[in-house]
Amino acid sequence: MSKMAPPEELMNVNYATPAEAWMDVKPEFKLGNYSYPGKPDVLKYLGLPNPREWNPTEEDWKLPPDWRDIIRDGFRELLGKYRSLKIFMDCCVRCGACADKCHFYIGSGDPKNMPVLRAELLRSIYRGEFTVAAKILGKLSGSRKLEEDVIKEWFMYFYQCTQCRRCSLYCPYGIDTAEITFLARDLMNRIGVNINWILEPAANCNRTGNHLGIQPHAFKDMMEFLVDDIETITGRRVEPSFQRKGAEILFITPSGDIFAEPGIYTFMGYLLLFDYLDLDVTWSTYASEGGNFGSFMNDKWMKKLNAKMYHEAKRLGVKYIIGGECGHMWRVLNQYMDTMNGPADFLEVPKSPITGTVFNNAKSTKMIHLVEFTADLIKNGKLNLDKSRNAGITATWHDSCNTSRGMGFFEEPRYVLENVVEKFVDMPAQTIREQTYCCGGGAGLNNGEFTEMRLRGGLPRGNALKYVQEKFGVNTMSCICAIDRATLPGLADYWAPGVTVTGLHELVGNALVFDGEEPRTMNLRQEDLPGIEGSEEEE
Amino acid sequence: MAGLMTALLAVVALAAVAALGAGAGMSEVFGIAVPYVAVAIFVAGFIKKVVGWASTPQPFSIATTGGQQYSLPWVKQAKFDNPSTPGQTFIRMALEVLCFRSLFRNTKLDNRVAEGRVAYGSDKSLWLFALMFHYCFLVVFIRHFRFFLEPVPMIITGVEFVDSILQIGVPTLYLTDVFLVVGVTFLLARRLWDPKLSYISLANDYFPLFLILAIALSGIYMRYVAKVDVIAIKQLAIGLVSFKPYIPPNIDWSFYMHFFLVCVLWAYFPFSKLMHLGGVFLSPTRNLPNNTRMERYINPWNDPSIKPHTYEEYEDDFREKMIEAGLPVDKEA
Ligand code: HEM
Ligand code: SF4
Ligand code: SF4
Repeated sequence: MSKMAPPEELMNVNYATPAEAWMDVKPEFKLGNYSYPGKPDVLKYLGLPNPREWNPTEEDWKLPPDWRDIIRDGFRELLGKYRSLKIFMDCCVRCGACADKCHFYIGSGDPKNMPVLRAELLRSIYRGEFTVAAKILGKLSGSRKLEEDVIKEWFMYFYQCTQCRRCSLYCPYGIDTAEITFLARDLMNRIGVNINWILEPAANCNRTGNHLGIQPHAFKDMMEFLVDDIETITGRRVEPSFQRKGAEILFITPSGDIFAEPGIYTFMGYLLLFDYLDLDVTWSTYASEGGNFGSFMNDKWMKKLNAKMYHEAKRLGVKYIIGGECGHMWRVLNQYMDTMNGPADFLEVPKSPITGTVFNNAKSTKMIHLVEFTADLIKNGKLNLDKSRNAGITATWHDSCNTSRGMGFFEEPRYVLENVVEKFVDMPAQTIREQTYCCGGGAGLNNGEFTEMRLRGGLPRGNALKYVQEKFGVNTMSCICAIDRATLPGLADYWAPGVTVTGLHELVGNALVFDGEEPRTMNLRQEDLPGIEGSEEEE
Repeated sequence: MAGLMTALLAVVALAAVAALGAGAGMSEVFGIAVPYVAVAIFVAGFIKKVVGWASTPQPFSIATTGGQQYSLPWVKQAKFDNPSTPGQTFIRMALEVLCFRSLFRNTKLDNRVAEGRVAYGSDKSLWLFALMFHYCFLVVFIRHFRFFLEPVPMIITGVEFVDSILQIGVPTLYLTDVFLVVGVTFLLARRLWDPKLSYISLANDYFPLFLILAIALSGIYMRYVAKVDVIAIKQLAIGLVSFKPYIPPNIDWSFYMHFFLVCVLWAYFPFSKLMHLGGVFLSPTRNLPNNTRMERYINPWNDPSIKPHTYEEYEDDFREKMIEAGLPVDKEA
């Protein structure tokens, strides 16, 4: 990838609209604004059609000869299956309320990144192929015929949408471009137009249980590694178990947490917390991925990948499931899992063994968020927390899109955060909670080749972060999403250098005081605790 | 621009057709045939569209949550932005339909490059003028029932009384007439001035605005300028609704023009974005509660044949390695 221009320059976005009508502007594929296509062997493994080598920058995309019919039939099928799609196709008044709400529009100025135009890319085909009235007027009424250029445009812009649903919040009819993107990607998958960074993780999740393709023995090794680190830091040897039948709780978190910084520190936080509580919990290498890459593909794969959670819970005979810190994982768990793979009548309504709290808000799915669980512990005074272990941190909170607009998870994580750090300030109101801005890496766009566009899309989040950094001295951004933990460090380095990104349970793990413990000298990152280094120097 | 001109010319042409046609002795066509046809299209088209939506399953419960969820007892839920019960959802919908709740959130991007700051100002203008336009339209619509009903119900005379409370001029000025025109004009103006909007606007966006503006202006002309014979028009209207159509003499051409444009609006309605009137009630991101961890939402086409890659298959794949690593297995090698 070419070197990025400095932030001041990138921020100077040109919002002027082109002279030509949008239908006459062709997408231009340049390194940095698209993701690499799915590899043939991955498509074959997933049983997806049209596996082949192809390159978006080339003229010929090697579509199947009957691709028009496939799209048309597929579109008709989805219109019959999704009321949402029908309504969203019919009801947009093009009032433009959503136009400047998308981080990709704000960061790129490309009008086709206005959610309304993104949706029109599909709607124009809907009009042109399925409605009588609009056909008569043709282009003037925004309708057009399926051409290869349309597919190219779809590929460009439906893979420049992170399905964050910010647009949907402001739309007077709740038109959800994330839903439109989801279904457009489904259509494109039918003719072999997709991106590898979604398909390969999905294939890995299917076979190895996690998106990185870590095999069971290696997964265990990695866990050992973190267990060793915990011992170095705390002097305690935690003993996580795998696939332990009869455990009370199955714990599932995104596999990114075990693999890379800063997720691993959050992972260590989980392990410490479970040890502290002596929780009867087990891990599974088979169901070792909370994230659902299928939800970036189509409803079939979303269901298939998600189904592992209940499958494993049933096999192990656990009472309920706790899910770790993740964003889109929780959108799927909250809004899709029970519908697709329920009823979970072999599980019990989650009840905290420590506080006795019954989680009635999950009485059907029987799956709760670890942060709910932890918040309840703190509220009931069950955790001995020492904020000074996180001294020096002035934290802010990044609400991830999916838990915000697909769940409404705001107070619980803030409550936990406020109990583990001394200083916490929120970013400006229009950039948090339900109005939160995306990290730019959701829905499969966290791949290397897409970095430039992702950083552009990171402008609103990055700028809000920089604001609190300058104004309040914020030096840490905490979050509960694995994609965030992978994306935000790069975003912060670029837009607000000097801010560290942490998961919430990393901070919990730092603050947790065990009975009769050895005094800690470093945090989970093995950095000296504040005061420790200083006092040595004073001596 | 092409969209704008097409829409404008279309409305002008339609108005001219009616004005000239009625003047040329075609009042039966414009006063009887066209209205019946238009209403029939409206009713049939509207029902077809709504039935088409309603009969399509909504597979997943996908509320866009706009506030704190129902959670632990000590966490305060934003009941109407993130409802978890049908009652709360009803209120969310009422706020949406009656107060344009989501539009009320609107902000305006303000990228201040020089300051290095991206800001988002509150922007309630669209909300305000959209509300103004819709409520005036509603009141005008309700007031029109006085032409179709004899005796005129109290409620309608009441609305009329309030609407003309300022007692300006003869006949007294209806406030909604003014605000309707102001509202439509604003909606039109922002489409022209805001480059983002003119870029996305289609002929089908300008057409209803011009049409409604033309209807409003022709109505205002009839009432305040031409001072048309209201008794005669009422005879015509009652004739239509009682299916004894009758064309009274001496009705001004301007009435036929006004009435024809209204018929065009009816006939156009079901095929256009104006169907947001129906869609707003059925939008799945708004009309479903966020209770999907508490109650199972059913997808009628959920496919039971989609099964996970099972644990057994997984173990078969990795058994050796699992045993070697000391991980438990169901079947020994
Ligand atoms: C419950 C009923 C309705 C609701 C909740 C509703 C809501 C809205 C909202 C929120 C907008 C967006 C703001 C705007 O673009 O001005 C809008 C636009 C519009 N509505 Fe409605 N509406 C309803 C019924 C109707 C009806 C019956 C008409 C009939 C003529 C209508 C005509 C329009 C038009 C022409 C626009 C577009 C304005 C523009 O182009 O900017 N609406 N509506
Ligand atoms: S806010 Fe909704 S109705 Fe308005 S342009 Fe966007 S999608 Fe269309
Ligand atoms: S879902 Fe998010 S990324 Fe996609 S169009 Fe809407 S605001 Fe943009």
